[in-house]
Order: sequence, then structure tokens, then C-alpha cells
Amino acid sequence: MRLDCREAARLVLAGEDRRLRWRERAGLRLHLLVCAGCRGFVQQVALMRQALQRWRDDPTDPPDAGC
Amino acid sequence: MAEFAFEVQALRAQLLRFARLQLRNDDWAEDAVSETVLAALQAPQRFAGRSQLKTWLIGILKHKLVDQLRRHAREAGPRGGDDDADLDELLFRRGGHWREAPPSWGDPEHTLREREFFVVLERCVQRLPAAQGRVFMMREWLELDADEICTHLAISASHLWVLLHRARLRLRECLQQSWFDARA
Repeated sequence: MRLDCREAARLVLAGEDRRLRWRERAGLRLHLLVCAGCRGFVQQVALMRQALQRWRDDPTDPPDAGC
Repeated sequence: MAEFAFEVQALRAQLLRFARLQLRNDDWAEDAVSETVLAALQAPQRFAGRSQLKTWLIGILKHKLVDQLRRHAREAGPRGGDDDADLDELLFRRGGHWREAPPSWGDPEHTLREREFFVVLERCVQRLPAAQGRVFMMREWLELDADEICTHLAISASHLWVLLHRARLRLRECLQQSWFDARA
């Protein structure tokens, strides 16, 4: 399975919501080996995941929230 | 007791903020928050200082939000209108390559220490189209699994995946533009 970046990005995001199938994981891993852009995307998605977790655990009170 | 009621009321605005973010409908949000406050005032003994008052109230609110979503499934569920079929066109060239390769966002710890970043994050979630925003919040904030979301909103799994995919792509775009580009 040879992926382009659009398909790779779709799988990276799908991985946030479901467990990828073996073939999907293998295809994605192969693509990431040769694609710096998608590796960057994976890091961005990881940051979003961490950020959302912190936001959920400790909801901020935005300064402009008022009373 | 009066003091407890006062403290609960003081948190109302914050609860409403989350209710609006989740439901995307001011009336439903008001209802969910009113039910939350009422439930809290009726059973203050349950609070018993187990956790911070805000955490406790948000826990109640989450249940009330699910109730609202279920009650309004017909209107809350995404129907028809494919609002951004061409989101992919914006990000990828015809051959499936990135138009613009995702740039580095730097040290995550550095970003996550910035309080202002979370304000931007919340604003970006708020900017998601309503249907995407609802399922995204159900997934990330209410922490429901896919089956539950599909059941509550009466949508198919494949529809849910499409909405979540778009929501995450949009959120990424928004963070890029509103935070990372602005800081470059």
C-alpha cells in the first residue's frame, strides 16, 4: 500500500479516534520514513492531543470570560 | 448553605461557556446549566469537598449536556449540507502532496506552558462549524467513544469519522494561523 500525503494525514487523524488496522499502520509507517512533511504533521497532531488533554483536565478561565 | 448556593451561582458563567461550546445552541445551553445548578443545589451533601466545586459541577454538567444532545438529536446531528468538501483541496495538491508542508511547532512543553495558547485553542474549537464542533467536543471533552456519539446523534460511523477528520484538520489550521504563524 503506497500512500500519498493526503491519505497518510487521513490515517494519522483516524488514529486519534480508532485503532488503525495492521495494513494501515504498515502503510503509514512506510510513508513516514520518506516524508518529512507528514512527520511534522504527526508532531502537530501529538501536540494537539496533549493540549486537548490539559484543557479538559484543567479548563482555563480566559481572562475575558468576565463574571 | 446560602454560601454554597452563592458559590455555585458564581460558577454559572463558566459552565455556560462550556455548554455553549458543546451544544452550539444558547437555549439548550441555558437549560443544561440550569439543570446542573438545580441538581447541585438539591444535593449539596454529595459535594462534601471531595473535589473542587468547579470540577464537581462540570461533572454534573457533562451528564446534562449528553441529555440535551440526546433530546435534540434530530437538530444536533449533522444533516445534509457538506459544508467543507474542499477542505482537502486547500491543503493538498492534486497529486496528494501537501501544498505547504506542516512546519515545526517547536517544543511542545514550551507551548503548553503558555496560558494564552489555551485561550486560542478554545477560540479555535468555537470557530468549528456547528456539526463538527459538536462531535469534536463530544469526543474530546465529554470523552464519549464513537459508538456512543453515533447512538446519541443517530448518525453512521463513517459520517462521524468524516466530521472528526475535518474538525481536527480545521483545528490544526486555526492553531497554525492564530498561534504559531502569529508568533513566528
